[in-house]
Amino acid sequence: MTRKQKRLAVIATGMSFLALSAGLTLFALGQQTSYFYMPADVLTKPVQPGERIRLGGLVEAGSIQRVDGTHVNFAVTDGEHSVKVGYNGILPDLFREEQGVVTEGTFGPDGMFVADSVLAKHDENYMPREIADGLKEKGLWQHTEGGSSDDS
Amino acid sequence: MTVELGHFALVLALAMALVQSTVPLAGAQLKSLNLMRVGEPVAITGFLLILLAFGALVQGYVTSDFSILNVWENSHSAKPMLFKITGTWGNHEGSMLLWVLILAFFGALVAVFGRNLPPSLRANVIAVQGMVATAFLFFILFTSNPFTRLIPTPIEGQDLNPILQDIGLAVHPPLLYLGYVGFSISFSFAVAALIEGRIDAAWARWVRPWTLVAWAFLTGGIAMGSYWAYYELGWGGFWFWDPVENASFLPWLAGTALLHSAIVMEKRSALKIWTVLLAILTFSLSLLGTFLVRSGVLTSVHAFATDPARGVFILMILLMFIGGSLALFALRANSLTAGGLFHPISREGALVLNNLLLSTCTATVLIGTLYPLLVEAVTGEKISVGAPFFNLTFVPLAIPLLLAVPFGPLLAWKRGDLMGAAQRLQAAFAIVVVVVLAVYFWVDKASVVAALGLGLGFWLIFGAITDIAYKAGVGKAKVGVMFSRLRGLPLSVFGTAFAHAGIGVTVIGLVSVTTLETERIVLMQPTDVVEAGGYTLRFKDITPFRGPNFTEDQANFDLTGPDGRRLGEVMAAKRLYPARGMPTTEAGIRTFGFSQLYVSIGELTANGLVVHVWWKPQVTLIWLGSLVMMFGGILSLCDRRLRVGAPTRRKAAIAAAKG
Repeated sequence: MTRKQKRLAVIATGMSFLALSAGLTLFALGQQTSYFYMPADVLTKPVQPGERIRLGGLVEAGSIQRVDGTHVNFAVTDGEHSVKVGYNGILPDLFREEQGVVTEGTFGPDGMFVADSVLAKHDENYMPREIADGLKEKGLWQHTEGGSSDDS
Repeated sequence: MTVELGHFALVLALAMALVQSTVPLAGAQLKSLNLMRVGEPVAITGFLLILLAFGALVQGYVTSDFSILNVWENSHSAKPMLFKITGTWGNHEGSMLLWVLILAFFGALVAVFGRNLPPSLRANVIAVQGMVATAFLFFILFTSNPFTRLIPTPIEGQDLNPILQDIGLAVHPPLLYLGYVGFSISFSFAVAALIEGRIDAAWARWVRPWTLVAWAFLTGGIAMGSYWAYYELGWGGFWFWDPVENASFLPWLAGTALLHSAIVMEKRSALKIWTVLLAILTFSLSLLGTFLVRSGVLTSVHAFATDPARGVFILMILLMFIGGSLALFALRANSLTAGGLFHPISREGALVLNNLLLSTCTATVLIGTLYPLLVEAVTGEKISVGAPFFNLTFVPLAIPLLLAVPFGPLLAWKRGDLMGAAQRLQAAFAIVVVVVLAVYFWVDKASVVAALGLGLGFWLIFGAITDIAYKAGVGKAKVGVMFSRLRGLPLSVFGTAFAHAGIGVTVIGLVSVTTLETERIVLMQPTDVVEAGGYTLRFKDITPFRGPNFTEDQANFDLTGPDGRRLGEVMAAKRLYPARGMPTTEAGIRTFGFSQLYVSIGELTANGLVVHVWWKPQVTLIWLGSLVMMFGGILSLCDRRLRVGAPTRRKAAIAAAKG
């Protein structure tokens, strides 16, 4: 191979990898990202059944129901609207009424949100940023100074 | 008193860092040896001062001195001693102090061990290291002072987050930071070379050991963090592609690329500009990681006590160093002489392929991690990019890389022989085919993907063995000659083989768990039975237990093996830490060979106890493989040829023997 051909070979390989990864990335960003919704958003921007989203808010007081065995139903609320959520599995340790929660899953045909993961945070003072922002807009959230209020 | 002493030491350390970042730099410009020499003692003193400050904070924690705000917020007098000590860095302020401590430690190491470096390069390296230290000391003193007093002094502290009260906190952050921050040395070397406008193969020789140290620690740190999250969170997952995890994985990927490109630069004096750029990018990714973790701009399952206001400060530091170094790079890169081109089929060609793939992998992970921020900034939409994205982008890019790994070390420098390498790998390939077929036909539930994935892991392991066998002349030379050759092989050859085989071991673990795992979620009453992976659990009872600073409800299960033999009990628990009123889940884990049975319990409802059971085949290989990789890095580090100055000593010895 001449010098020129070698250079071409290296550049061509490099470019093809870049093209491949760019293609994969764009495809995956189109397919595999999920939007974050607060309960009010679900009303204004309807979500197709089967579309994967993350739904966040507070666990509505008195909404937690054990259905059968390991199935749990609860409602996620932003103070005005609430969405019913079904989940099968172990709820996180910090899952409590009126605590922030982020669930991920899809809407079933009956309008019930079927979550396959439920996240509450490890730190009782920590509120997921999306929920904190969403609640601030609604005026339901008071920021605790220094991130370490004493709520025990 | 010690608190004020610690605070004062930290301020003095800042003064030292300011001297360190200016005087040696000026010395190098003015070609004044005296000014350049100022760097070393100052770097060492700076390190000792930060060590003193750190010691003062540790002492505050050990003695439960709640007059320190930081101790009050994060400690409790009833906490076991180990967690009092490790709690020092289980919070924002303390962990940043550990960060600069390690930064200064590496600076001091250069001062001590860098005696063989050209004086101007050494002075510049120490100066750049000083600049980074200055920025972070400012950050600590002005926004995150761990020595703030609290008046009046409370009687009891607020306790450390229970999830952090674990041996993992003693190991994971220090290891991770040794890796993360260790890359600052490669960065300082790169910037120093750019300041001088001169760079040669010797530069790569000096940088490589430092990169190797950082890489080995980062490997261990990430693996330890993964294992910690696995057993502590009770979700049975080992990697979530979470922003905080990616933050540590990005410098690892870039650092791995740097490690390989530095070899090309050292041996063939090529890829100079690229290596310098990689060195800058690797540490930039470490800084980015620090920013993402500390600021909490991205929602993470691993977020602890984040503070957006402080994030802005780190963002400024980040922009200053990345912007500054890249601007310097743009200015000076032209004056660096480009290396020659080379044949694509050769050792250096293979290393370039490695770099291409690793950097594209890094890019996809980086895009996936930052994309939500970008989208929110532009459109205001909140999105999340999770595991499916990374599985779709990272995995397809990693597979060709891993397939190519065994070929690399078998190719010669300058002009390799691909067919020859393929021939030597025939035996390894045959073993892989047998493994794939055996898995596919004999292992229950094994899909084609599982079989091929496991084959990939074995390919890496046997590829590494082939490399050693070939270099020792197995099958060609007599046994005696073979052993003497084996002894004569440089340690770095074994280092490479272990590191590559380690990835194979990890791949086997990853593939086994993701494809062959069994998971059960059941509601259990006493005497109910659940089965996973052939093991049977019989729910016995729940007993209360009282720990030093927690209470626990322990669920006990009788365990029976696949052969019907009784294997004792498994205990999983719900724990409550009254100081914070915070519950945690303690998983019950039993290890059989490399596999684990993982039991996690949920709430006790009127109808029974929610129990989550996993059978995780070969799961421990994920982390054991990382340890093998780390061991490979350390072996390579012990290679005499890598040690700066060692060759001269050897030459001197030879000369002495001759004379």
